[in-house]
Amino acid sequence: MKKRGQAAVTFSLITMFLLAVILSGCGTNNTASNTNAAATEAPAASTAPADSGAAATEPTAEKPTVAFVYIGPPGDGGYTYQHDQGRLYMEKELGIKADFVENVPESADAERIITELAQNHDIVFTTSFGYMDFTLNVAGKFPNVKFLHASGYKTAENMGTYFGKNYQASYLSGIAAGKMTKKNHLGYVGAFPISEVIYNLNAFTLGAQSVNPDIKVDVVWTNTWYDPATERQAAISLLDKGADVLLAYQDSPATLQAAAERGAFAGGNDSDMGKYAPDNYLTNPVWNWGPYYVKAVQSVMDGTWKSERYSGDMADGMVELAPFGNKVPEDVKQLVEDAKTRIISGELEVFTGPISDNKGKVVVQEGQKLTLEEVLAMNWLVQGVEGSIPQ
Amino acid sequence: MDFTTQLLIAAISAGTPLLLATLGGILTERAGIIQLGAEGLMLMGAVTTCIVYIRSGNLLLALLSAVAITALLGVVHSFLCVTLRANQTMSGLAMTLFGSGLSAYIGKPISGIPLPGTSPKLDLGVVKQVPVIGEIVGRLDVLTWFSLLLVLVLHLLIHHTSWGLHLRAVGDNPATADVMGIRVQLIRYSYVTAGAALIGLAGADMVLAYAPTWNEGLTAGRGWIAVGLVIFARWNPLRALFCAYFFGALDSIGFRIQLLGSAVPPYFLKMIPYVVTILVLMYLGYRNRNKPSGTPESLGTPYIREQRF
Repeated sequence: MKKRGQAAVTFSLITMFLLAVILSGCGTNNTASNTNAAATEAPAASTAPADSGAAATEPTAEKPTVAFVYIGPPGDGGYTYQHDQGRLYMEKELGIKADFVENVPESADAERIITELAQNHDIVFTTSFGYMDFTLNVAGKFPNVKFLHASGYKTAENMGTYFGKNYQASYLSGIAAGKMTKKNHLGYVGAFPISEVIYNLNAFTLGAQSVNPDIKVDVVWTNTWYDPATERQAAISLLDKGADVLLAYQDSPATLQAAAERGAFAGGNDSDMGKYAPDNYLTNPVWNWGPYYVKAVQSVMDGTWKSERYSGDMADGMVELAPFGNKVPEDVKQLVEDAKTRIISGELEVFTGPISDNKGKVVVQEGQKLTLEEVLAMNWLVQGVEGSIPQ
Repeated sequence: MDFTTQLLIAAISAGTPLLLATLGGILTERAGIIQLGAEGLMLMGAVTTCIVYIRSGNLLLALLSAVAITALLGVVHSFLCVTLRANQTMSGLAMTLFGSGLSAYIGKPISGIPLPGTSPKLDLGVVKQVPVIGEIVGRLDVLTWFSLLLVLVLHLLIHHTSWGLHLRAVGDNPATADVMGIRVQLIRYSYVTAGAALIGLAGADMVLAYAPTWNEGLTAGRGWIAVGLVIFARWNPLRALFCAYFFGALDSIGFRIQLLGSAVPPYFLKMIPYVVTILVLMYLGYRNRNKPSGTPESLGTPYIREQRF
């Protein structure tokens, strides 16, 4: 009797675990079958890794196989969602079916997954900053596969990097925020105190100051890209301190939702978040990766691909501004549109001196303009930002 | 509103899902069954609420479905632990893995869609005029009131009724309880199921009062915090209330300190909840060193009638 009981227990536990594993596989990884296939082929492929990428070295009529590595789920309504939209656009334009793996942590797991994908794909897009070193390592092992990494600064013969000047759109969001605030007090929810977030925060502040010189911006760092509950806490602490317009450099709409409950205005990041609270929505920077993905894959197909550091902007459409919320008045929209035209024409550059940091030191001299390298390495906050960069 | 009042409001709002999940864990473990599935159950409660609320637009129906689905998982957990006498740690971990995976899978189609509404707030009329207290209670929603009521009800149930006596007997010494004519298996089934349903309700509260959109992995480890809080509260509903709000406050105090313009790095502030936990555990451990820990005596041990130990 006892023995039979134990067998039943073991059986049911094993069944539950299997179910859990299968279901979590389904839930988090739409290309589970694909990566599994890659894993089983691994021994064969590792003996001759060059085979898999051979098709990409010379232009052929055959279409390249493309894979994407995502940091979050495509349904996050933010960063990964936009990359996924870009993938769908590329698939439609070029008639290619790309694979993707979602929820890949920025850890050794990433290197394993990139390696697996490199074994049977010609082009691998790794879409988050933290994949940089892993992508570089794998690129060294698969010289015939092309790797394209978003938002990093390291490149190799077969590894390029791409990103866009989203601070241009942050500047425009700042103009809207500066016009909408009644207390001259804005709040910014920053994910990590890294240059990408810092130059967006600075651009947002400069945009707001361009229409409203008395503005101050409070900033809090959440140390997470995606955790709705934490982002909400951060937003509420800003609202409690008196900020009445918020912008969140985060992947979820939690800040906007928290602001809506208090009747404040807010925007998010990465994609159009208007649907979450149309009446309290400001606007925010939006990524549009599709055209770039088409261009990159096409150039591999044509055999013209070169490793480069591609930087898109509002002029080529990689960076856009989301449609305004319902309650943003016409005159504010007009003001932002005018500035947008001047940014696209190149007449207006966001980081043009004089700019002081928030300790009062002049960082950019009158008439001087920061180069892209200087912007990408930014580690100071402009005057008017209340907060500091943790060392 | 001053700093303390604001912090208190934030603590209650962040603490309510923790409180509900902790109470669920207390019910389960008082009956002698370890509950490590809280994270999975919360996610299942949250995703069910979102799916039903978005599809039907009916809040009550959404809450009932969340409770029903997680209660069903509670029945599975009790079937494994009570009837099959499986290892309770394993079954709980399986529940967490299962819940995380299944919620991500069935939540795909509604991921990122905002809910049609949030948990309604009670209109208290006159009470709102009272300074400080009025400002706080004016912000509380139905589920928060329910959780407060539940603390009281569970406290009375566990410590002042014969049902509670039966429950404690089953958790401490099921053999004796059995001899006394208490139906051990039935009681374990009921409380594990009820506990799971409460944890599901905690998940529902997270999406209704906290972050009103379903997103994969939304609870971000709060189920595990609740598992810890059950022990922290020494299986006592009244203590659970303070522990949950305490952790709720820690959740938001880091940002508030950042905004005070202090030079403390946010990385350090993020450590606060964990550092404080260790300090409080050390203090409590020292203060209660000669007292019983409050652990149900037979927690984790399946009961087999007439088996000798």
